[in-house]
Amino acid sequence: MSQDRSQHRPMTSNTFSPLSLHNIHIAYATRAGPVQAVRGVTLDLLAGESLALIGESGSGKTTLGLGIVRLLAKTARIEPGTITYRRDGQEIDVLGLKPAALRRFRWSECAIVFQSALNAFNPVLRIWDQVWDVAHAHGWKDDKAVRQRALDLLRFVQLDPERVIHAYPHELSGGMRQRALIAMALLLDPQILILDEPTTALDILTQRTIIDLLRRLKEEQHFAMIFISHDLALAAELADRVATIYAGKVVEIGPVHDIFYHPRHPYTLGLIRAVPTVSGDFEELTSIPGSPPNLINLPSGCKFHPRCPFATGRCQEEEPELERAGLNHYTACWNWPEVKREVEIHPIHGKTQSTIAFSETEGGP
Amino acid sequence: MTALIELCDVSRAFGEGQESITAVDSISLAIEPGEIVCLVGESGCGKSTTGRLVAGLLPPTSGYVLFRGQDISQMDRAGYRRYRHAVQIVHQDPYSSLNPTQSVRQIITTPLRRHKQVLSRSQAERQALELLEVVDLTPALDFLNKYPHELSGGQRQRVSVARALTLNPAFIVADEAVSMVDVSIRVSLLNMLARLRNEFDVTFLFITHDLALAKYFAWEGRIVVMYLGRVIEEGPTPRVIRNPRHPYTQALLSAVPEADPEVAQRKHAIELRSANIPSLLDLPPGCTFHPRCPYFVPGQCDTAVPPLVSVVGGGSAACPIINQERIRS
Amino acid sequence: MGNKATSFPARVWSRLAHLGRSVLVTLRIMAYNKVGFIGFLVVVAILLVSYAGPTFVPLDTQTKIDQIYQPPSREHLLGTDHQGRDILSQVINGGQEVIEVAVIAAVLSTLIAVGFGTLAGFVGGRIDSFTVTITDIVLTIPQFPLLAVIAALIRFDSLLFLGVLLGLLSWPALLRAVRAQALSLKERDYVEAARSLDLGTWHIVFREIVPNMMPYIMISFTLALTGAIYQQVGLVLLGLVPISGSNWGVMINLAWVRGAIFFEDSIWYIMSPVVAIALFQLAIVTMARSLEQVFNPRLRSET
Repeated sequence: MSQDRSQHRPMTSNTFSPLSLHNIHIAYATRAGPVQAVRGVTLDLLAGESLALIGESGSGKTTLGLGIVRLLAKTARIEPGTITYRRDGQEIDVLGLKPAALRRFRWSECAIVFQSALNAFNPVLRIWDQVWDVAHAHGWKDDKAVRQRALDLLRFVQLDPERVIHAYPHELSGGMRQRALIAMALLLDPQILILDEPTTALDILTQRTIIDLLRRLKEEQHFAMIFISHDLALAAELADRVATIYAGKVVEIGPVHDIFYHPRHPYTLGLIRAVPTVSGDFEELTSIPGSPPNLINLPSGCKFHPRCPFATGRCQEEEPELERAGLNHYTACWNWPEVKREVEIHPIHGKTQSTIAFSETEGGP
Repeated sequence: MTALIELCDVSRAFGEGQESITAVDSISLAIEPGEIVCLVGESGCGKSTTGRLVAGLLPPTSGYVLFRGQDISQMDRAGYRRYRHAVQIVHQDPYSSLNPTQSVRQIITTPLRRHKQVLSRSQAERQALELLEVVDLTPALDFLNKYPHELSGGQRQRVSVARALTLNPAFIVADEAVSMVDVSIRVSLLNMLARLRNEFDVTFLFITHDLALAKYFAWEGRIVVMYLGRVIEEGPTPRVIRNPRHPYTQALLSAVPEADPEVAQRKHAIELRSANIPSLLDLPPGCTFHPRCPYFVPGQCDTAVPPLVSVVGGGSAACPIINQERIRS
Repeated sequence: MGNKATSFPARVWSRLAHLGRSVLVTLRIMAYNKVGFIGFLVVVAILLVSYAGPTFVPLDTQTKIDQIYQPPSREHLLGTDHQGRDILSQVINGGQEVIEVAVIAAVLSTLIAVGFGTLAGFVGGRIDSFTVTITDIVLTIPQFPLLAVIAALIRFDSLLFLGVLLGLLSWPALLRAVRAQALSLKERDYVEAARSLDLGTWHIVFREIVPNMMPYIMISFTLALTGAIYQQVGLVLLGLVPISGSNWGVMINLAWVRGAIFFEDSIWYIMSPVVAIALFQLAIVTMARSLEQVFNPRLRSET
């Protein structure tokens, strides 16, 4: 892959980018004044790639995801910044779209899949009615064609099509609802899929089916996907690139392998060291001291510095911008070489070849 | 040594007649003082109900619960009160575990003053400050005046733990106590709980659906795996994780998403025969896992409920199929 | 804190200061909702007028035949009634009774509904079944006809009696609603924690559950007030309750009976008490919006 020489925009190559975010700022109006939820995010989503946005409470990741499809509350303002969507050689300014065009953008170009909670569906409508509503709102008039497509998609997500299409949301389990949501999102053949916490609140075995489904989607259909989650495991399973978000900014972004084994930002390192794995030996975990940032009262300089073991004086004064720390790997940290050294001394997960816990029992009697 | 808490063949059903759900079915579980026991399973397996049975918040519909060797249903009032004080619970949801209309001071001093652990308001406050420090909420004085909505999820959970400590419990049931807290904070909460065990001699029953967390927290203890109301495997954590002896445990371990890309790539989830989770209203006969089990033997697995048998490495598992095979080979 | 060496006057002063601060904080919170705060101010104004007003504007009881149905003038700001008496003085003096009856009724019905409703919802079992049965029975009694019958049989000598009677008949609907809330709140984790900590039924009901229902209780209280006002005015208007004194309800009755609505000059007579009542009701209902906020702990943060 050729490298982009631009210092400011961490674009990995000259290949087609269906979605570009440039310097996005999103603020909520509150009684206490405007609260900055997203403070300057610049990203290019590449065609067919899976990008994971990992962050915790107060990171702004959900706001960003909703902002891309402009589903935020009226009290939120997206400015300054631009969101550019590209298809068939055309460039569209998403923030400038008028309501009718915006509706077309949402769902048929860029679909968003929420958590499988009951509120994602209208509880008093059957699945078929909701599918039909969506199709109809986007100009589809042919009842039979919509139905056929819906049944095909439900089959694709491994649900019993006839049974599910006539069911009410509460009749489906959490995992089935999530799959139905994914099927509905695919209805109009979007180019981009945004998934907000797709596996949170699901049981392990159900999570696995969703992850396998998403992997299949990725490999067979080549969607570009953005996963928004706090779950590192989701990123490890599905992402090509991972971006960690803290206090409204991307603090590190890079290929999944680099982020997990060669993190260059103290927050990313802290997250990885705080998450246990089932396979492998027992590992000591360390938590990140302090609390998530208070968006109304952000610290000066680097927003992570009060909790950072690598913080120096400069961190308190200046907020770092993303800079190159490896191939396609960018980090916003003044002291990232120290982070690099720390990881070299204490490699992540011991070696990269970890023992798999169940290898003995796999394969049956 | 007498177990601190013991469930003897305890069952708990909800509802009546046709609509009756057996949330917990004939469970026997003994927890020794100082042990860390992790109860794992997916939703609907009965682990939360078991936690409440242990804490005395629900009476069993059959079987009996022993506290320090005594049947709690046979205790006199004083003894029963001692038992209820000795076993406390920490809930999952930081947003509903604290009364939003009460300040932290009220939340912690109320049980102290009610049970005359302290004599005056100032003494109560002093003890409240100490408890806040034990749970790492410092500077403690700042936190006393706060209301729950001014605290983060992790801080609220710490207040919950401090509240549970007011009666000097011997046993704490932590019901998914860290599941709704930020990932980066979970570990410090778990370490705080582990410290409680060491410094205050508190025994823990840690309920979670997160196997990786169970492995970390209970590495020196035991894991008990539940499925649809029954215990299907239990044993020392390292053994259960490295050498699971029940198909369900194996399936779970193979399905857990891993925060390690190389492991995730190579991991192969065990295929189950069916993706349908049976409803508790209509449990399959025999071994309740049989419709989904890759080792299913018709005629055996769907007729009799397999008992827990000892397995190599410690603990027990309720699967005659794979454990027999093991012994044979 | 709680140092025994503090002197008595010092402690009294600090308690008063604390109280004063609480009042100011409460007012500030109420002011968040501008419309509600205006309602609150109007209620305070009407209360002041009805209780302090009579000292300055005594009731005009003199019959002046030459001043019947005078339109508003500088001397009689709202004109005069069918006996030449000043209407404004009647309005100012006419509020006390109406307000008192309404408050007695509302307080009584709210106390019964909250006390028993929460207890029944939380404790459950036979106490609950019993309470619900009684509630249903009283609920199905048609209030107005019953009041009419009672009025026919018993002399209404005191306001207290009317207030108590109204209160005793209007609690059922509120109790059911409070009970439903209690049923839901008792499943909250903090209630289970309180049970685990053995804090006692009384504490759990009144310190854990009820404070979380306060917004609802406040609204219900204000609605009980408005309901009681309508009921008593209705009773007076229909002549079911003996007419004495000159409260707003009585004024409407007298004006109506005399056909004051039909003449341009006399319309002030009937409209003044109507407007007074309507204004009071509106103010109470709008004030409820601000009251809701007072019980929202999020607005009480120190930060």
